[in-house]
Amino acid sequence: MDIPYLTSLVIFLPAAGALLTLFLRRAAAIRWTALATTTATFVLSLGLFVGYDPSVSTALAPQMADVWAGWVPGAYDVKYFVGIDGLSLLLVLLTTLLGPIVVLSSWTYIGEKHKGYYALLLLLQTGITGVFTSFDLFLFYIFFELTLIPMYFIIGVWGGQDRIYAAVKFVIYTLVGSLLMLVGVLYLGAAAGDAVNNGVFTTDWYTLLEYNVPLAAQGWLFAVFAFSFAIKVPLFPLHTWLPDAHVQAPTGGSVILAGVLLKMGTYGLLRFCLPFFPNVAQSYAGLFAVVAVIGIIYGALVARVQDDAKSLVAYSSISHLGFVVLGLFAFTTEAMQGAVIQMVNHGLSTGALFLLLGMLYERRHTRMMDDYGGLATSVPVLTTFMVISVLASAGLPGLNGFVGEFLILLGAFQSTVLNSPVLVAAATTGVILAAVYLLHMVYRTFFGELTDAANAEMPDLNAREFGLMVPLVVLMFVLGFYPNPFLQQTAPTTQFLLETVEEKRAAIEARADKAPPTAETPRPVPPAPLEAEEVSIERPERTAP
Amino acid sequence: MDLSTAYPTLLADLPAVVSMMVVGLMGLVLIVIDAFRNDHPAIPWLGAAALAVSAGWEATQLGAPAGTVLFETLRTGGFVAYINLIVLLAGLATTLVSIPYLNQLRHDHGEVYALILYATVGMLMLAASNNMVSIFLGLETMSVCLYILTGLVREDEGAVESALKYFLLGAFSTGFFLYGIALMYGATGTMVLPEMATAELATASAQLLFWGGFALFLVGFFFKVSAAPFHMWTPDVYQGAPTPLTGYMSTATKAAAFAALILVLVHAVPGGEWQLVLAAVAVLTMGVGNVMALAQRNVKRLLAYSSVAHAGYVLVGLAAGTQAGYAGALFYLLVYSVMNIGAFGVMALLEWDGKEGREQSLASLAGIADRRPVLGTTMGVFMFSLIGFPPLGGFAGKYFVFAPAVEAGLTWLVVIGVLMSALSAYYYLRVVYVFWMQSAEDVAATTPGPEAAFPPATRMAVGTLVVCAVALVVLGVFFGGVMETTTGFFEAAAMAAAP
Repeated sequence: MDIPYLTSLVIFLPAAGALLTLFLRRAAAIRWTALATTTATFVLSLGLFVGYDPSVSTALAPQMADVWAGWVPGAYDVKYFVGIDGLSLLLVLLTTLLGPIVVLSSWTYIGEKHKGYYALLLLLQTGITGVFTSFDLFLFYIFFELTLIPMYFIIGVWGGQDRIYAAVKFVIYTLVGSLLMLVGVLYLGAAAGDAVNNGVFTTDWYTLLEYNVPLAAQGWLFAVFAFSFAIKVPLFPLHTWLPDAHVQAPTGGSVILAGVLLKMGTYGLLRFCLPFFPNVAQSYAGLFAVVAVIGIIYGALVARVQDDAKSLVAYSSISHLGFVVLGLFAFTTEAMQGAVIQMVNHGLSTGALFLLLGMLYERRHTRMMDDYGGLATSVPVLTTFMVISVLASAGLPGLNGFVGEFLILLGAFQSTVLNSPVLVAAATTGVILAAVYLLHMVYRTFFGELTDAANAEMPDLNAREFGLMVPLVVLMFVLGFYPNPFLQQTAPTTQFLLETVEEKRAAIEARADKAPPTAETPRPVPPAPLEAEEVSIERPERTAP
Repeated sequence: MDLSTAYPTLLADLPAVVSMMVVGLMGLVLIVIDAFRNDHPAIPWLGAAALAVSAGWEATQLGAPAGTVLFETLRTGGFVAYINLIVLLAGLATTLVSIPYLNQLRHDHGEVYALILYATVGMLMLAASNNMVSIFLGLETMSVCLYILTGLVREDEGAVESALKYFLLGAFSTGFFLYGIALMYGATGTMVLPEMATAELATASAQLLFWGGFALFLVGFFFKVSAAPFHMWTPDVYQGAPTPLTGYMSTATKAAAFAALILVLVHAVPGGEWQLVLAAVAVLTMGVGNVMALAQRNVKRLLAYSSVAHAGYVLVGLAAGTQAGYAGALFYLLVYSVMNIGAFGVMALLEWDGKEGREQSLASLAGIADRRPVLGTTMGVFMFSLIGFPPLGGFAGKYFVFAPAVEAGLTWLVVIGVLMSALSAYYYLRVVYVFWMQSAEDVAATTPGPEAAFPPATRMAVGTLVVCAVALVVLGVFFGGVMETTTGFFEAAAMAAAP
């Protein structure tokens, strides 16, 4: 099967659907259009999975790449450049899978302003898919920011009581980080252009990869990139926007947020921070690991004391993503593989948790665990799904969560960069704590005595709700029992990234040793000011094809 | 100058200033029509037609080579055509939005549209200047018209106050400006911009004269583009003026004034000495504009401070002082004009007759987007573009002024710029959430009842705003062509115009 422009199609089909919904009037028509669009996108994205060949190296170019160099003519080597490698593949599939599920979960939940909601949801999917497939830093940045606007409205218009506060906090937090990253992008593009691209400003990922950033610049560049992604993940001290956003967002928004939006942070760390700034990344790996472990334990402890079930799951996200960050900064194959697979796992299990909590909310309009209790007798099917999702999230062997966390902890123990078994042992307690708070939630909500009459009369899942849960639960089992097909797809890319990091680190260190430390690569000389008669800032012609 | 040889040159050069003539003559025609058929409804449409025709002609001139006409007083070529296009389109959009607005205010005098045209002529001259005298002429023609337009609603005390304030401060800044020109002339002995650059400043006193003059000259310009610390008049004047005309003032005026400033910087003082001055003013302007905007509750004042802030972003591009920096600033002026015309246009159509005159407070507009979804959506686009969100024009604009600044070694300036952009998100988002996410009950304010008298949202006016919003999306995604054009203006061949 060979569909031309498949990657671009997967990115922009939802946006086209969003445009289409703007011309529809009836709510049903809008919903069905959204469902059809997201389903079609998912089917197309399966083509990516089939078409991607892990035995073909992505060291020089991604697979199924679409390039349009004419997008930005003139003095900038900025282009539309999307494609798939082992890192993108699973995250794209996760995004497209959650698309129809989220539409179905919003079917009755969203009671007003259907057009805006589904249009924004589809636009959001375009943004996220674009983030995971961009191989141009500028393009990545555009998609990265594009996800903010729909999410702002989804939280702010269809959210709960304090929705505006949560929405504004979400945007401001993310925006501060990403705008600082923009300065980094501009600087990196200019410096790399001078060094490896004939003086032409460049944001091509592969060209940037060739550029060995001098040690002096690596520090602050790594800081601005990592800061931006750390807010998105979110890492421990920068996490305060997340519980607000999650609690206030409608179910669909929460699922997208936890399922894929947060992964943009960890993905960015892996895609850009580690390979571009290898020396600093390794020097500060310890710091990040410590912060990650604090996040793991802190998130778990705070989750334990929540009364609001959605808030509990939100804090559990902080804890779980701490594992991913720990895995990234261990710099071993196992840990990195584990981190990638854990991103997908977390999307599946936390997505499922938010979906189920949303179904409860739709029935009883409360998120407080005390208002429930004993639901196992009134809604047995929902309870079953909940228990499976909780066990997956807690990392029970045989379900997907175990695979990722096991690989991460294993890799972190072996890591020579971290070299701190104590730290990893501390992280391991997070797995235990996860079982504690999650099972506690299940106990408070689903078991015990059925006291409230409203809970007793609660209807169980209908066909739509059942149908949207099935794929998630099936995947939890598949990834738990037989993760190999998925790990094989990502392995060559993570391997390549790790090797690149190591090679570049060594090269930069060797160069820094050779030159006296004060004589770093000189700053690019600012172009001469304009002269009245002969105004020309020499810019060589682009060597584009 | 021998007049017998001058006339043929004059006649031969007239086609080069055709849009100035079309617009100016149409202004006279409108006055004549108005004298015989007072406030005839066809007057605005004739004005719009003149602007549209001129804009169409300028669009064909974008690729023209640079040159000078009329004894080196005016420049021609792509640069001039580009700025003229912005000015003319801004005038056109303003006219179209003004028609329903002024109609409802009962101030749809024929003279208003004539004055818009005269002000436009001044801007066209300003943007084409190759000579200090034509800069001054253009600036004054533009300003005098704007003073009158600001005080249009003369029964409103606020409007009168703002007009007077604008006039007094404007006259004051003109003094600085003129004094600066005089000193520069004293030092160099010429009024022609490129000749100023080549004039020898042999003695120390001549140097002092020139740079002192240039500093005064800059003060005058900073006033016109409302750069801090010369921005004090901006919020009052923007608030008091009729809203569509505020949009015009905040965009076309700035585009033309910045164009003249770029011409002076490129041709008359092509050194790097002013770079730090511009950077410092940029920091101050971005800071004051954004911080003050945070505290505003009146949408027009908020947009006024926002326009101060945006002047700062343009100055970042100028401070870079490179080809790419100027090209980026030009691109930014286009994007900025589109989004500000749009934002003020939306506000013009959403002002209603409250207890205390025209209601412009944010609180009074809670949940308005539910009732006016098209205006709400376009306002959302304008606000997000003003923040600088991709994929809207505002992001591309910021990118192309910030990138050259980083390349020119002004990374610190860009860091301040992006932090200020993040700050600005707070107040722009407030507009968005008041429009979309709040309802009247949330703010306990007097929201317009169903009978509230909004200006009639004529198809033409709403259509203009929709076009602006779509243009921002297009500029945000396909900015390449425009950037290529503006970069072309500063390439060696294009700039080395015949002396």
